[in-house]
Amino acid sequence: MNERTPIIDFACHLILVMGAALVCLPIYFVFVTGSLSQTEIMRVPMSWLPGSQFLANMQTVLSNANFGRLLLNSFIIASGITIGKLAVSVIAAFAVTYFRFPFRMTAFWLIFMSLMLPIEVRIVPTYESAANVALPLNILGSWLGIQALVDLDWNLVNTYSGLILPLIASATATFLFRQFFLTVPDELCEAARIDGATPWQFFRLILLPLSRSNIVALAIILFLMGWNQYLWPLLLTTEPAMANAVIGLKKLMPQSDSLPTWHLLMNAAFLTMLPPTLVILILQRWFVKGLVDSGK
Amino acid sequence: MPARSDTATLPAAAGGGGLRLRWPLRRLLLKGTGDAQSESGLKRAHFRDWRLPFWLLAPQLFILLLFFFIPSIRALIQAFQLTDPFGATTQWVGFQNFERLFRSSVYWSSAQVTLIFTIAQNVLTLSLALLLAFASNHILRGRGAYRTVLLLPYAIAPAIAGIMLAFLFNPRVGPVAHMLQGLGFDWDPNRNSWHALALIVMAASWKHICYNYIFLVAALLSVPQSILESAYLDGAGPIQRFLRISLPMITPTLFFLIVINFVYGLFETFAIVDATTRGGPAGATSILVYKVYQDGFVTLDLGSSAAQSVVLMALALFLTFAQFRFVERRVNYSV
Repeated sequence: MNERTPIIDFACHLILVMGAALVCLPIYFVFVTGSLSQTEIMRVPMSWLPGSQFLANMQTVLSNANFGRLLLNSFIIASGITIGKLAVSVIAAFAVTYFRFPFRMTAFWLIFMSLMLPIEVRIVPTYESAANVALPLNILGSWLGIQALVDLDWNLVNTYSGLILPLIASATATFLFRQFFLTVPDELCEAARIDGATPWQFFRLILLPLSRSNIVALAIILFLMGWNQYLWPLLLTTEPAMANAVIGLKKLMPQSDSLPTWHLLMNAAFLTMLPPTLVILILQRWFVKGLVDSGK
Repeated sequence: MPARSDTATLPAAAGGGGLRLRWPLRRLLLKGTGDAQSESGLKRAHFRDWRLPFWLLAPQLFILLLFFFIPSIRALIQAFQLTDPFGATTQWVGFQNFERLFRSSVYWSSAQVTLIFTIAQNVLTLSLALLLAFASNHILRGRGAYRTVLLLPYAIAPAIAGIMLAFLFNPRVGPVAHMLQGLGFDWDPNRNSWHALALIVMAASWKHICYNYIFLVAALLSVPQSILESAYLDGAGPIQRFLRISLPMITPTLFFLIVINFVYGLFETFAIVDATTRGGPAGATSILVYKVYQDGFVTLDLGSSAAQSVVLMALALFLTFAQFRFVERRVNYSV
């Protein structure tokens, strides 16, 4: 098609520029506000240009609001969720696609069911499960009358495992790996077996290297998801030092009765959104693939 | 080639590749799925073993058991129980929690708020994403650069999106609020419930447009060039081609995104509400997910919270089925 549509071309660029501005302006204002001093943010109208206090504010945020620790927590939680979920899912998907064993479909449906109920709809009992992982044993103990089981108590509140494990309990990644494994040519597995490879060798030497691009794409999505967690850390951390950065921001929100420190909040917000933003800027090609795949 | 002969002739791999269960249960379990080729989701070339897959599945199933199945079942049980806030006594009350819930005007107003919120968010997100997808599909130069920028919100936590807009629209310090006030608009999301609702709709859409956009761009790219070209030869302009050809052809993607947007609006916007309006003013932005949290953790009305969980579970199940239906249609959709 050799079409000339100057007016529509111009309108399209205008739409896209406005869209980009809608995305960028709020982020820009976060940066600007994060670089102003307390007196500057109270001035009306507020400055549209960055001030000189960014580093000073950053220091306050890192030391007084303990954001160094919170950002580290975010990193640990996000990495834990990413690595844990990938590891658990890829082997589970291998088991349900490459093995014939009793209860195979049962196992598949059990995993598949967890796609249906997000953690938000079952928060109270999930919290109770994390507050005492031994809860099912307690109930069992009280039925059987075994006091030792009733007294078991294993509390995950304010621990990294409590923040990570319940978020691994979903099957999105398993499902994706399963879909991918189904497209891997059967000849590879046949050839591996003729050469005498064990299932585990086939998995490690052939299947895993083949899945590399899927693993990277999924790892990016999972890392972003883990970094941006909100509800679960909110419930599970009573100790401020165990919260993640996003929860830390909520605590910095100005309350009506104190001096509004928007500049510190915005500085902290900028620091918190920097790592995931860099991740998708640098790894964009992989990220788009992962996003479209995981939506299918 | 039937899988059975394949697997039987090949030497059993080490680790008990050829091992079989001998009890009669096996026949019972495999009845109906006996033919290897009809067994869905199993590779034609597969291993026969039950010990290795057991260990491979164990971590996932164990975590699911602890943090998915037990909590979900307990949510169902708790919906029919009444527990006092200190957890001292528990009694079965049948459907009383649900009766109480459906009689509560606060719950219905929360449902109404949720409905308005999810629909407004859906319409705003999808229409802006469509506009942007059309524009970036039409232009030839600079697509990549626009896409990079438009995708940025995906990296940003919903809570941060909420906090950011809450700042921009803060009546005392926010630059956008100052502009609105300069235009003579009495903007105050802390007092006016519609303003608060508009704020969370904007934050939710800001965060989610990029997701819709990327799917729409992918869908528009898959519209066959030949059809667009023949429409061009018949004299259809770009807008006409978009409205008459591309849009009808990507309806499966549109349906899919509508379902996804509802799921997002219902469940994932908790952080936006909690970080900005906290359900206020006077419950004007207390969407259903937020109310479950409040009744479960703040007012400690556990029975009611569990009943609300069950209602949300039913909604989530319904939306998941809808999603898979549309995905199926989307996959089968070809020219």
